[in-house]
This record gives sequence, C-alpha cells and structure tokens, in this order.
Amino acid sequence: MSHRVAVHRKEHFNAAHRLHNPEWTDKVNQKVFGKCNNPNYHGHNYELVVKVIGDPDPHTGYVMDMKHLSDLIKKHVIDKFDHKNLNLDTEEFSLLNPTAENIAIVIHNILRAHIDTRLDLQVRLYETERNFVDYPV
Amino acid sequence: MIYLTRLEHFNAAHKLYNPNWSKEKNEKVFGACANENWHGHNFDLFVTVKGTPDPETGFVMDVKKLKDLIKEHVIKKVDHKNLNLDVDFLKGKMCSTENLAMGIWNQLKPHLSENVTLYCVKLYETPRIYVEYFGDTTNL
Repeated sequence: MSHRVAVHRKEHFNAAHRLHNPEWTDKVNQKVFGKCNNPNYHGHNYELVVKVIGDPDPHTGYVMDMKHLSDLIKKHVIDKFDHKNLNLDTEEFSLLNPTAENIAIVIHNILRAHIDTRLDLQVRLYETERNFVDYPV
Repeated sequence: MIYLTRLEHFNAAHKLYNPNWSKEKNEKVFGACANENWHGHNFDLFVTVKGTPDPETGFVMDVKKLKDLIKEHVIKKVDHKNLNLDVDFLKGKMCSTENLAMGIWNQLKPHLSENVTLYCVKLYETPRIYVEYFGDTTNL
C-alpha cells in the first residue's frame, strides 16, 4: 500500500534581474514589462520551496534525506544564483528572460537531474511575499 | 504621546563597493555583496511618527497622507531601481542598509507637519536583517 508523503525544504537567495526581450524595441519592452525593464536592474529576495513526493523508505522512514536535499539545493542552485545578476552572471538566463516562471522551471530542471526518478519534484518560488509560482503543475 | 507606523515595500538592486579600494579589498570586506553586476532585495520599510492625537480627528497624522509622502519622496525614487546608479539621494554614498535608512529619514523629515515628530525609520533588507534609525540623537 502506498503512503505518498510530500517533504519540503526552504532556501533563499538574493539576486538582481531585469525583464527584457532583446527582439523587441525599448519602447515595447517598457510597455510590456514596465518598471521591471529598468536598464540598471532591480532585485529581489527569492524564497525557494522544494517539494519532494514519494513513499517513505522502509528502512530509514525518509522520503529523502533532507540534509542531502539541502546540500543539493545549495550546491546546484544557491551557489549559482545568490548575490548574482541573473541576466549577466548566469548562463541559464543569458538568453532566457528571468521571470519567476522561467526561474522556477530552470531550478526544477537542475534539481530533477540529481533526485531519484521514483520521487516527484515540485518547485515553488517566491519573488516577493505576494508573487509566487509553482512548477510543474 | 502615541506612535503611528506605516509599512511600505520596494524592490531594488545594489552592490556594496567602495570605489577608493581595490577589487580584491572590496571582495574581502563585502564578500558576495560586492558582486560587480549587482544583486537585489525586497526591502520592507516601516516609518514611525509620534505625536498627540488631534482632539477633533483622533489622528496623530492622517495615515493616507503619510503613505503618500513615503510614496512620493521614497518609493518612487527607489522601487525597481538600482540604488547605486538611479537614486539621487544616495549619490556618492555607500549603498548599505544603514545609509539607505538614513537617506530615507532625510527624504521624509522636511515634509512632515510641525505637530508630528519622525520617530523611526526601520528598514528590512531581508526577513533576517534590518536596521533602525532614530535621527541624529547626539544632542539628547
């Protein structure tokens, strides 16, 4: 009998970004992205919640060792994005617009490669306390 | 005497970097905060005024007026901006949370009416780091 349980790990990072589509004129970018298009960037305290779902292991009682999950997030996500400019300092967003949606997809895909395929993975990313996204849904 | 607080918030980029120092020294002192291409925060700003409630309104100050003052003289200048490059009242200053709080105080102080006193500017850089400024109290 299955007993699926979701475990969550919270982490955070601070980064600068701007929303900009290089295929559009400055005027269109300004119109679509408003103040998020500011050429000198702005920034956020991002809160990241990583959710892993599966049956607890019969030997350990764990869905996943949370220390291991924390280390994975720190090594593959936080070290890459914390105190960085997402547009300028990361290869992931050199061509991809760093919206909260795209950041969540990128983080999910990075972590997916390091987590047992028998476990489901979902990422929630808060850009501000009031704006957050979930992926996948 | 009663204290009245209004909470506002803004998002901005900045870096901690002293142009009179070498890159190595900046990185040694400011660590990740010295990142050349900036990083950013969601700032939460608490502005507290103190005074005696007006007998006719019951208000220390109309809080809508306080909100409008903060928006006009602070939020419009810093929200979705680069604190080092875009903000006139921080020109030539180090963009630490301490200096930002003092700058915000100076932005607001001249616009408050005589019957209220600006008591505190409290500024959260992250949910775990904040500063409070109570004005120049050296003469107290």
